[in-house]
Amino acid sequence: MTTTQNLPDQLLVTEVESPPLTLADLTWRRFRRHKMAIFGAFVLVFLFLYSFGGAFFVTEKYANKTNTKERLQAPSAAHPFGTDTVGRDILARTIYGGQISIVIGLTAAFVEVMVGILIGAIAGYFGGKIDSLLMRFTEAMLNMPTLLILIIMSKFFSDKIANVNILGRTISGSVIVIIFIIGLTSWPYLARIVRAEFLSLKEREFILAARATGTPNWEIIFKHILPNTIAPVVVNATLGVANAISSEAYVSFLGMGVRAPTATWGNMLENAYRYIETAYWLWLFPGLLIVLITLSINFLGDGLRDALDPRSRTV
Amino acid sequence: MTDNHTFLEVKDLKTRFHTPEGTVFAVNGVSFSLKEGETLAVVGESGCGKSVTMMSLLRLISIPPGKIECGEVIYRDKDLLKLTESEMEHIRGKEIAMIFQDPMTSLNPVLTVGRQLTETLRTHTPMNPDQCRERAITLLDWVGIPDAKNRLNDHPHQFSGGMRQRVMIAMALACTPSLLIADEPTTALDVTIQAQIIELVKRLKQDVGMAMIWITHDLGVVAGMADRVIVMYAGFIVEEALVDDLYDNPLHPYTMALLQALPRADRRREKNLKSIQGSPPNLLAEPVGCPFAPRCEFVKERCVRENPILTEITGGHKTACWVDVKTGGLR
Repeated sequence: MTTTQNLPDQLLVTEVESPPLTLADLTWRRFRRHKMAIFGAFVLVFLFLYSFGGAFFVTEKYANKTNTKERLQAPSAAHPFGTDTVGRDILARTIYGGQISIVIGLTAAFVEVMVGILIGAIAGYFGGKIDSLLMRFTEAMLNMPTLLILIIMSKFFSDKIANVNILGRTISGSVIVIIFIIGLTSWPYLARIVRAEFLSLKEREFILAARATGTPNWEIIFKHILPNTIAPVVVNATLGVANAISSEAYVSFLGMGVRAPTATWGNMLENAYRYIETAYWLWLFPGLLIVLITLSINFLGDGLRDALDPRSRTV
Repeated sequence: MTDNHTFLEVKDLKTRFHTPEGTVFAVNGVSFSLKEGETLAVVGESGCGKSVTMMSLLRLISIPPGKIECGEVIYRDKDLLKLTESEMEHIRGKEIAMIFQDPMTSLNPVLTVGRQLTETLRTHTPMNPDQCRERAITLLDWVGIPDAKNRLNDHPHQFSGGMRQRVMIAMALACTPSLLIADEPTTALDVTIQAQIIELVKRLKQDVGMAMIWITHDLGVVAGMADRVIVMYAGFIVEEALVDDLYDNPLHPYTMALLQALPRADRRREKNLKSIQGSPPNLLAEPVGCPFAPRCEFVKERCVRENPILTEITGGHKTACWVDVKTGGLR
């Protein structure tokens, strides 16, 4: 009798048993151990703030204002990053160019993911002739040199779309063209991953069980199988953003991407190569930003890959 | 044979799988019927075509490599094998539901139990999301899951095997189907849980008043719950009888051998349990003669040449055998 009185009041179930970790908890626990990924995430946040927050300090008009009297000035107090060949402030242009570069990266990756998922899911789920047809097409796309297609397509289509006004800003129609060109050339790899996931997942018993309850095909594809493939898709989408940004930089550098006056980090490099030795600031700052963003996205993607991999059990 | 209580009739169903190794003769002309509210047990060893028969019935066989070569599945005046895929979706889950062997893999790991439960309701009934949720809680409660309201938001990995099978049963019964096909629903569970699940299914069957097809290789389970039994071997039905007839008076050598291999609590251990010699036939070859002949102790010359067809011996008791097992001579 006396011993029981000394015992504490009955413990609540919630005190004894910690609630189970959700997938998000587990992922976060693994992710934060990845030092480079955390570093990448911080750099990315900084670059976002730089590009989108910077717009509160300098106007786009200023970024696009040419002043031939002040052309090719070295970095100074008035122009911290110097001025370009027509006297525009490079700091202001990296801010507005960053916005376009980031938006291109995100939207092109979005297009890539949509097309990749659709083609991969349909091929993997239905199999047979549909699969053969779609996969031969995917392989054909995969075998064509992407950069060549990018250059040819942007050469043909960059001028075909008129400028658009979004949120009071005029953006070159070539931005939209570039987004679609990049998005529509980069999906094959993702489509193959999604297809492979679908091929194995559709044979699982819970899919049979879902079919046995009369679930229509499209619901099985998008509500039952797709959520199971989310890990590789997220990792790929992340890396897709980095790829899209560097692809844009590549075509814009060759002068076939986004048209002036809209700045991107890529097209700021366009004329810089003639001044590689004489005006280092022309290529250094936009180049540095491109390197920073692609590198940090890749670190982030690596971290996500490890964190979302169910086989890595370290918590 | 057909009376007004019969609502499902399977006639001469043949399912084959065309694989790179050759054609697998999985189901070779199966015919049976089912009355309203009846429990039919289908027994037989692994790979004898029990599951494939039921999956063919619901058209869940993956085509290719599977193919339903011929046959009819008449369900309430409709031939299920002739319906379109979208008509079939209205049958599955709503009219005929199915539960599977392994509850550990039959629930989608990334969706909450609540979502998987309400999905059937959303597909087949005009209920709105709130009503679906209410109904899902009722269902979980009904299958004996405590704290149903909170458990709706849990993922399958937070449930034990027995609990998951309860969830599967709740999903299957969500739209009160008129037929439940249970494909070895207790095989993956341990014995105490098996007993619980069997009791649960019996109770729910009473509540809903549905018919049931129970696939199993556990003859002990069959005795306790079935009205009628079908014994399958190598894709054929070899014997069909009311459950008591089958146990008291098996007419097929295979059924006899199965019963002799079963330990019985009421029998003193006089001798060791008898096992069936040999192994089931390779289904890759087109069957000639009786498929059980190579393992049969009553085998006659005719058995090797000609495959016996299922014939009625006494009222409702059918067997596919040339031999009268009582006398040992040909019938």
